[in-house]
Amino acid sequence: MKNIWIILRKELRSYFVSPIAYGLMAFFALIAGYFFYVATAIFVSRGMESAMSGRGMPMNVNEWVIRPVLSNVSVIGLFLIPMISMRLFAEEKRSGTMELLVTSPIRDIEIILGKWFAAVIMYACILGLALLNILILFGFGKPDWRPLLVGFLGLLLQGGCLLAIGTFISTTTRSQIVAGVATFAVCLLLWVLDWVSAYETAPWAKVVAYMSVLTHFEPFSKGVIDTKDVVFYVTMIFLGLFLTARSMESLRWRA
Amino acid sequence: MIKVEGLTKRYARNVAVDDISFEVQKGQIVGFLGPNGAGKTTTMRVLTCFLPPTAGTASVAGFDVIQKPMEVKKRIGYLPETPPLYPEMEVNEYLTFVGRLKGLSGKNLASRIDEVTERCAIGDVRNKLNGRLSKGYRQRVGLAQATIHNPDVLILDEPTSGLDPNQIIHTRDLIKGLAGDHTIILSTHILPEVEAMCEQVLIINKGKLVATDSVANLTRRLRGSEAVLVEIEARDAAPLETPVIQQKLEQVAGVSRVVFRHEKDGRHVFEVESLQGRSVRADVARAVVETGWNLNELHAVGLSLEEVFLQLTSSDPAQGAEKK
Ligand SMILES: Nc1ncnc2c1ncn2[C@@H]1O[C@H](COP(=O)(O)OP(=O)(O)O)[C@@H](O)[C@H]1O
Ligand SMILES: [Mg+2]
Repeated sequence: MKNIWIILRKELRSYFVSPIAYGLMAFFALIAGYFFYVATAIFVSRGMESAMSGRGMPMNVNEWVIRPVLSNVSVIGLFLIPMISMRLFAEEKRSGTMELLVTSPIRDIEIILGKWFAAVIMYACILGLALLNILILFGFGKPDWRPLLVGFLGLLLQGGCLLAIGTFISTTTRSQIVAGVATFAVCLLLWVLDWVSAYETAPWAKVVAYMSVLTHFEPFSKGVIDTKDVVFYVTMIFLGLFLTARSMESLRWRA
Repeated sequence: MIKVEGLTKRYARNVAVDDISFEVQKGQIVGFLGPNGAGKTTTMRVLTCFLPPTAGTASVAGFDVIQKPMEVKKRIGYLPETPPLYPEMEVNEYLTFVGRLKGLSGKNLASRIDEVTERCAIGDVRNKLNGRLSKGYRQRVGLAQATIHNPDVLILDEPTSGLDPNQIIHTRDLIKGLAGDHTIILSTHILPEVEAMCEQVLIINKGKLVATDSVANLTRRLRGSEAVLVEIEARDAAPLETPVIQQKLEQVAGVSRVVFRHEKDGRHVFEVESLQGRSVRADVARAVVETGWNLNELHAVGLSLEEVFLQLTSSDPAQGAEKK
C-alpha cells in the first residue's frame, strides 16, 4: 500500500511539473465549454420554439444539455488517454530508471497500480475541470444531480479501462511516441467497433459491438448504472493491468 | 556475502555468461574486469534480481535471487551503467523518492539523505534538476542513490566510464571511502582501475571466468613481463623478409612471444613480449644491430587487456583453469 502511494505521488508530480498537463487541461476545458455552449444554445432555441408553438413540450436540462455534453466529452476522452498513458513505462525504459524501480524492494504490481492510479487521477482532474461549466446550470435551473455523478463515474470507468490498456502498451516500447500512437489506434478501434451493429444483426456483430467501450458508456450518460456495463469496464481494467504485469515479467526474461 | 555457482545466462541468440562461479567475502572490494561484451553487466543484473539466471544460482547475504528477491533487493545498492536519474526531479527530491522506495521514512530518511549528500559531495547541487547536472555530478548522485539505504552490498557497473581524469580520481576516492561499510563489486574494462581500487579481481572474457586472484598477486604476475614495440629496417635497400626478422627476434633470450604488427616502405614493426622477470630491451636491440639491420624505434608498451588474458591463461594454466 505504502509503495503504491510512493509511486503514485512520483507520477502525479511528474505530470504536474510539465506544462503539457496544464495545456491539456486548458484545451479540454475549452472544448467542453464549447460543447456546453452549443448544447445550451440548442436547448434554449428549442425551448423558445415549443413555447411559441404553444404545445409546451416538457423540456429537461438533463436530457438536453448534460447528456450530450457527457457523450461528447467521452469521445474526446479517447484523444486524451494516449497522452496520459504513453510515458508511464516507455520513459522509464528509455532513461534506464526502470532498473532502479525493478531492483528496489517493491513488487511489480505496486509499480503498476501506482502508475495506473496516477493516470486515472490525472484524467479525472482534466475531465473535472472540463465539466466545471456544467455547474453553471445549477445557478439557473434545477438539474438533477444524480445523472451528472453517474455520468462522471461512467467517464472514469471508461477512462480507467482505456488507461489500463495504454499502460500495457507503454510497457512494450521505449518510445513514448510509439506507445502514444499505438494506444490511440486501439482506442479508436474500440470506439468504432459498435458501428457494425448499425448494419449487421448477426451474433458476431453483437459480440464485436459489445467490445466497444463507448456502447457501455451510453447508459451512464443517461444516468443509469447497469451492472453489465460496470462489469465490462472492471473486467477490461483487470485485463489491461494483468497484461501489464505479464509484460513487465517477460521484459525481464528477455531484457 | 555473495555466492555465485554455475551461473549461466543465455539470450535468444548468444550466451552472455557461461557457467561462472565465485564468492565474495564481507567487506571486500572486488573488481570485475573484462572487455566490452564480456558479460559483466549481465552478471550484475542477475545479482540485483533484474534478470533471472538461465541456470545456476546466485545468493546475496544468504538469500537466493530467485527465491527471496525482496530480501536481496533490500540489501543491495545498485548503480547501473547509466545512473537511473529522473531529469525532472531535483537532486534532494530524487534522493527522497529513492529512499522511500528502499523503505526509509521520516527522520531516518532525512538523516540518510544528509549523510549521502555529504559523503558524495553533492551538497552544492541539492536543489538542482537532475537533468541539468554534469556527467561527474550525475555519477555522484547515482552513487548517493545506491548507498542511501546503507546496503550491505554495493554493485557498481563501470562507475568511472565516461568521466574526465579529475572526476575519475574523485569517484575512485569516493568508492574507496565507501569500502569500510559495504561489500563492493565494481566492473571495469580498465586494468589500472582494478589496481587502484580493488583487493580482489575477477577476470571475465566472453562470458567465462578467466581468473580470480588478489590484486596484489595479479600485479606481481603482470609486472614481471613487459612488451616492447620495435621498428626494424634493412640498412641498405636490400629486401628483408618478415619471417626472417620474426625468427631472429624469437631467438633472443628471454623473449616469450613476437607478434608482427605491420610493414610499410620496408619498415617492419613487431611487438615483443618478455618472459616473467626478464627485461629484453637491451638484448633485442643488440641482436638487431648485430644482424646488420637498422633499429628505428624501440619502446615499452603496456599490456592490453587481451594480452593480460593471454598471459594469465597461457603462462599459468593452473590459475586459468580455476574457472571450475
Ligand atoms: N538484452 C540482450 N539481448 C541479447 N543479448 C544481450 C543483451 N544484453 C547483452 N547481450 C549480450 O550479452 C553479452 C554480454 O553483455 P554485457 O553483459 O552487457 O557485457 P559487458 O557489460 O561486460 O560489456 C554481449 O555479447 C551482449 O551483446
Ligand atoms: Mg556493461
